[in-house]
Amino acid sequence: MSVTASAPRFLLPPDSEIWTSLEVYREHGGYAAAETAIRSIAPAAIADEVKASGLRGRGGAGFATAMKWSFLPKDGSRPRYIACNADESEPGTFKDRQIMERNPHRLLEGLLIAGFASAIDAAYIYVRGEYRTAYDALRRAIADAHAAGLLGKNIFGSGFDFEIHVHRGAGAYICGEETGLMESLEGRKGQPRKRPPFPAISGLWKRPTIINNVETMSHVPGIIANGAAAFRAVGTEKSSGTTIFGISGNVQRPGAYELPLGTPLREIIFEHAGGLLPGRTIKAVIPGGVSMPVLTAEQAMAVTMDHDALQAVGSLLGTGAIIVLDDQQCLVRAAAVIAKFYRVESCGQCTQCREGTGWLHKLLLKVESGAGSGADLEAIEDVARFMEGHTICGLSDAAAWASGWFLRRFRGEFEAHLEGRGCPHDATSFEI
Amino acid sequence: MPLSHELENRIRAEFPKYPEKRAVLLTALHFVQEEQGGWVAPDCILAIAGLLEIDPIDVKEVVSFYHMFHDHAVGQSHLQVCTNLSCSMRGARGLVRGLEEILGVRPGEMTPGGEFSVEEVQCLGSCGSAPVVQVNNEPFLENVALADLKSLVAGLQTRRRAAVGE
Repeated sequence: MSVTASAPRFLLPPDSEIWTSLEVYREHGGYAAAETAIRSIAPAAIADEVKASGLRGRGGAGFATAMKWSFLPKDGSRPRYIACNADESEPGTFKDRQIMERNPHRLLEGLLIAGFASAIDAAYIYVRGEYRTAYDALRRAIADAHAAGLLGKNIFGSGFDFEIHVHRGAGAYICGEETGLMESLEGRKGQPRKRPPFPAISGLWKRPTIINNVETMSHVPGIIANGAAAFRAVGTEKSSGTTIFGISGNVQRPGAYELPLGTPLREIIFEHAGGLLPGRTIKAVIPGGVSMPVLTAEQAMAVTMDHDALQAVGSLLGTGAIIVLDDQQCLVRAAAVIAKFYRVESCGQCTQCREGTGWLHKLLLKVESGAGSGADLEAIEDVARFMEGHTICGLSDAAAWASGWFLRRFRGEFEAHLEGRGCPHDATSFEI
Repeated sequence: MPLSHELENRIRAEFPKYPEKRAVLLTALHFVQEEQGGWVAPDCILAIAGLLEIDPIDVKEVVSFYHMFHDHAVGQSHLQVCTNLSCSMRGARGLVRGLEEILGVRPGEMTPGGEFSVEEVQCLGSCGSAPVVQVNNEPFLENVALADLKSLVAGLQTRRRAAVGE
């Protein structure tokens, strides 16, 4: 039975609708939660409600949102900032874009409530430069909200002042890493900072800063409007609420689907995304963006899409971005495409990452071409080991996991390419 | 005057949003690229550095770090084909080849008159509507088929001729 038959939606309007206009958003109850929160709920009680909801970050790491907020200093010093991470760049991921393009006020309302709860002066939405449509929608939404008195000075007559600015990135995956984002927002190369200090203590311009993903913040109005219990009623014990799963690759209906966390991966592939092309079977599934360990077909058919279940099969939920590869595709090619991504996107700061990502890409291309040997597979494993756990940020680990897990879980397919044999799927697989 | 007064004023109008002028750097570079032919010329780097009160090298290293900024001329229509996994699985390689054939250039090159350039880019964040092409910084072209490329190129040529009043 489908667990999602009557699943509520918290983030996206119905399929054919776009709620970019302030009027339309308000007709659907928009900004009522912010008004209630700012007029009549104590800031600490808002944070308590978010804590009770069990909301975990939707940007990939799954950290408890209210706990992140609680790390802000209690000394009352100002200014303090929110950095909202809209640098959605993890390959396979296109969910935050759905919110920004189709329901931008939802994000603004979430930021407004979070800003009030944590005594924040301003929020900066760092949106990846390529997202032109999202940028334009957000700019319009901010201008409209400002004109309506929902942003600016003395919001709802409460004495609370709050600004939201949208800030464009310029094409760099690493700016989705929280401290890389802050460097970039300050006008520098997006090279991650060493921690400590953590952003809650010293973030943007060395001031206390909370950083949350677009979807995370967009859940806040629903939690305040309907209560933590209603949020928790959806999803699983430790992965509450809905999320927007993006599914792409070899399925009939790729797209973005808002569903409860804990939805079976099989259901997402075969019901929501319409299943595979006729006559095909699943070979591999990436469950949470390319940085998350790839699953075998057997694992994919049994797992549910929540933090605990994916960890139990040696992967992670990541951004909930699902890429399906069917039996006609070459997984060495897939690994090589992914390895190239990290090679291009490494910021170059740490040697292990700068050098290792290049080596992984070169070795995978060699294996794919048929020129590789068993020693090259060992070299991939060695390089991956050397890259893991030794760098300032997680990009190096992600690159190592991606290649390492493809090799570990599909070694036979890699071996079939070796010693002049070349790609056994050359006639059917996608090209690189 | 590498930057017009109007462009300088647009950049200055961003200052109040931030505690430091330097934070406007990426925005300023976007404005300059959009208004001055899709790339950042050396004299613009000096002018931006002056406006933001930072060293020219601070601007130059940012231009070279971000994929969207160009320190060399690109085509008036800069065609960016996503070649990451989901787009590759839906024919991105064929799109790159198709553009090479139609335009006679390889990725990284520009047509002789400067009208078009082609670039392979990493994930654009539109995997559910792959394959995806982006022209300059415009909204994405989604679910692009090989058969669409000729009319895409022709449409961009028509638009350009209209813009220059030919």
